[in-house]
Amino acid sequence: MSDFEAILKAYERSGGDPNFLRSPKVASLVISGNRVLGANQVPGVRIEPEEIEHGVRVKVIVEPGAQLDIPAHLCFGVIPAEGVQEILPEFEIGDGARAEFIAHCTFPNAVNVRHLMEARIHVGKNATMKYAETHYHGEAGGVEVVPKAQVKVDEGGYYSSEFALTTGRVGKLDFDYVVDVAAHGVAELVAKAYGYGNDAITVKETIRLNGEHARGLAKSRIAVRDEATSEVIGATEGNAPFARGHVDCIEVVRDRAVANAVPIVKVRDDRAYVTHEAAIGTVNKKELETLMSRGLDEETAVDVIIRGMLAA
Amino acid sequence: MDDEFLLKIEDLHLERNGQKILRGVNMTIAPGQVYGLLGRNGSGKSTLAYTLMGCAEYTPDRGRILFAGQDITTMSITERARLGLTLAWQNPAHFEGLKVKDYLTLGMKEPSPARVEEALAAVALSPQVYLERTVNDALSGGERKRIELAAVYAMRPRLAILDEPDSGIDVLSLDDIARLIRRMAAEGTTVLLITHRDEMVPVADVAALMCEGEIVRVGEPQTVREHYARRCLPCEVAGPVEAPGGGYERL
Repeated sequence: MSDFEAILKAYERSGGDPNFLRSPKVASLVISGNRVLGANQVPGVRIEPEEIEHGVRVKVIVEPGAQLDIPAHLCFGVIPAEGVQEILPEFEIGDGARAEFIAHCTFPNAVNVRHLMEARIHVGKNATMKYAETHYHGEAGGVEVVPKAQVKVDEGGYYSSEFALTTGRVGKLDFDYVVDVAAHGVAELVAKAYGYGNDAITVKETIRLNGEHARGLAKSRIAVRDEATSEVIGATEGNAPFARGHVDCIEVVRDRAVANAVPIVKVRDDRAYVTHEAAIGTVNKKELETLMSRGLDEETAVDVIIRGMLAA
Repeated sequence: MDDEFLLKIEDLHLERNGQKILRGVNMTIAPGQVYGLLGRNGSGKSTLAYTLMGCAEYTPDRGRILFAGQDITTMSITERARLGLTLAWQNPAHFEGLKVKDYLTLGMKEPSPARVEEALAAVALSPQVYLERTVNDALSGGERKRIELAAVYAMRPRLAILDEPDSGIDVLSLDDIARLIRRMAAEGTTVLLITHRDEMVPVADVAALMCEGEIVRVGEPQTVREHYARRCLPCEVAGPVEAPGGGYERL
């Protein structure tokens, strides 16, 4: 099997549809380890990858005013059991452009894999960028993932990110996204993870609402079982008049797992308004007993409830 | 197995938070029967339902529960459900992210989309509208209640305990509930219908009246209904009256 076919198979295992990566009509990028196996550009989108020692540096440029009708598909993976992958993307979404990205990061055989991502994202004036990233790390728990992003949203721009690591083991996750939002801009960060065994999850979401009427939501849904641990730091700053922000964190904890939530709200303008809610608890007893009264065993019932919470 | 009964409850006692809630309940339900259990709020009906289902904190202090020829008194909820006993909850739980079609499928031994649609139609909900909806708090109380009944119907259990299926549902819908109960019985499900609305009782084959944690009367549905409607006042205002055949009963 070629490297390309192997990564496509892994991509499919993580929930992606490989047909998108083969289609000339879809902007796409396929990276295995430090090799670029495919990069397809479409009108209005330039993808400029450059292989480096342990990964790939890539510029993704969406030209001003470009409207992507089909989401761009990105696939990052490491097929061997061991390895390091460093992804250094730079996204430039031109003024008034609209683009959606669907990324799958897959490490199906990982025993000792490090995946580091350090992204720089600029969403231009009145531009829209939606980024959804789904991970699959296999069942060994041997992955360390460190996704970091610095995002700048210009006036009237919209940025959303949804990170999901809910199938297979997590391993070690250290997620850290920081978004600066200008006037009338919007940022929405959503992180979802389901850890078990000795998985360790850290999620840090920071939104700085720096312009008038900027809005932001930092949302996280985390579940931990067995001896897994999680820490969620959701921070939102209201730094300008009429900025509106909200931190929304729910964590479910079972067995001997430990969950920790630290919502941080900071307001520097008395016309800004930032709220937070954080809840940590076990699975609701009534929900559990209802599913058990349908014949599900306790383990399965807990799993159904947690997966529902993560899907919501 | 004793063919005379599907469920037999013998001298069931339960105390919670220092309060005696079940005080020696005895009940026998025959296979295929619709058994109506009538009683005012606070008489112990829902406690009996949770105890039969095996819910946590509802372990009886004394007595036995026999179901389908087995003593299930100490069995888990899952074990009881797998024997064919289930409960339509009075105030059903909400589930974030769980679709109605998946909720209905969960309890089915042989999952079938056709059965799921049939179950929704049986509670007068349109499959086209509800299959993809989520069982969360965006549903009204009445919608959630109907979905709960549909989930139990879809399971084809041997015994369905329906805990106040008529509460939170408008009067016009009572006929829908009654039809569903008869349909369940026709498909071979035995039904324990728990209610405080006497107008639901005619759907039953046998009825019983529960008062202060005891079954105080068992008989023809119409007789029990009349007794409940005409004579059963709140316990705090009614004194003891002489029962037929001597002795006194609490009313």
